[in-house]
Amino acid sequence: MCIDCGCGPTDHHHHHHEPGHAQDHGHDHGHSHDQGRRTLRIEEDILAKNNRLAGNNRARFGAKGLFVLNLVSSPGSGKTSILERTLRDLAGNIAFAVLEGDQQTDQDAARIAATGVPVHQINTGAGCHLDAHMVGHGVEHFDLDATDILMIENVGNLVCPAAFDLGEDHKVAVLSVTEGEDKPIKYPNMFHAADLLLINKIDLLPYLDFDLEKCKAYARQVKPDIQILEVSCKSGEGMEKWYAWLAQGANRKKT
Amino acid sequence: MHELGITRSIVEIAEGHAREQGATRVLSLTVQIGALSGVIPEAVEFAFEACSQGTLLEGARLIIDAVPGRGRCRACGAESAMDRFTYACPHCDALALDTVQGEELRILELEVD
Repeated sequence: MCIDCGCGPTDHHHHHHEPGHAQDHGHDHGHSHDQGRRTLRIEEDILAKNNRLAGNNRARFGAKGLFVLNLVSSPGSGKTSILERTLRDLAGNIAFAVLEGDQQTDQDAARIAATGVPVHQINTGAGCHLDAHMVGHGVEHFDLDATDILMIENVGNLVCPAAFDLGEDHKVAVLSVTEGEDKPIKYPNMFHAADLLLINKIDLLPYLDFDLEKCKAYARQVKPDIQILEVSCKSGEGMEKWYAWLAQGANRKKT
Repeated sequence: MHELGITRSIVEIAEGHAREQGATRVLSLTVQIGALSGVIPEAVEFAFEACSQGTLLEGARLIIDAVPGRGRCRACGAESAMDRFTYACPHCDALALDTVQGEELRILELEVD
């Protein structure tokens, strides 16, 4: 039985019966429901459940001094490759754990596992994004006391994951230069939700018409104070700045 | 595509409130969807029929209250309409606007019987 969300180990269909909630009718419905037509004012946030579970995750991560990132991008931008290189380059300095989100397969988890870092794969099936509930259970596979940074690689999708708080410190958007510089204004919700933008595959810039400055201007148009780093996880260019950003974030959470 | 999950949540929340109040069916529900919420009202309408089947909301009228976006300029402080995240302040052309309205995603009320 999960304390946070109330779900049983096998039953993930939620029927919440929290104490003091929804059980006002202690008697056996002997009364007639003849109150008639009426209007109930509710004013409840539709994402309230996800936000509540995300809040629980955040409190749990905060208590452990964990720095948590939610990596979002379109499919094929290089999220997993960035992770692989980061985990190898920082092995011994920072203790990572990785949650991998994909609709199907554990290919990405296998790639991460090969680096020696603890990893757990979440398959969303038909689902187009990770939610706070999946993450709450996903981290049960890790020893959070022995972890500095939790990386959550979201499902490759520039639309849906923007709406779902997982309890992370930051959303990090990855955009590769093969995708075109106008992605930030085409998918503004995602780039608006991100605090850091990694522009990846910059080793390919000489072969493409990608306008780097325009891309940055577009990103700042949807998120004025977004931080931007240019990287290539293949050549290693720019990765040091990303590592410095990670180390700084992790230190901030520890103190 | 996440509208399917959003719509399921709408039905789940509304049905919970309706049962709590001893209602036997929901006649209509009003849902507020902001222009900057990332949720497409048409997609919610489309998913609603399927998601409400077999619940107290089956056959209920879904009323969507579309909330337009508004932003406040960080440079000059003026407020202006903003229905996308790409915009410039119409008063001073600055690009830094903070959202003040339009990210709503809320069930307002239910009409029950």
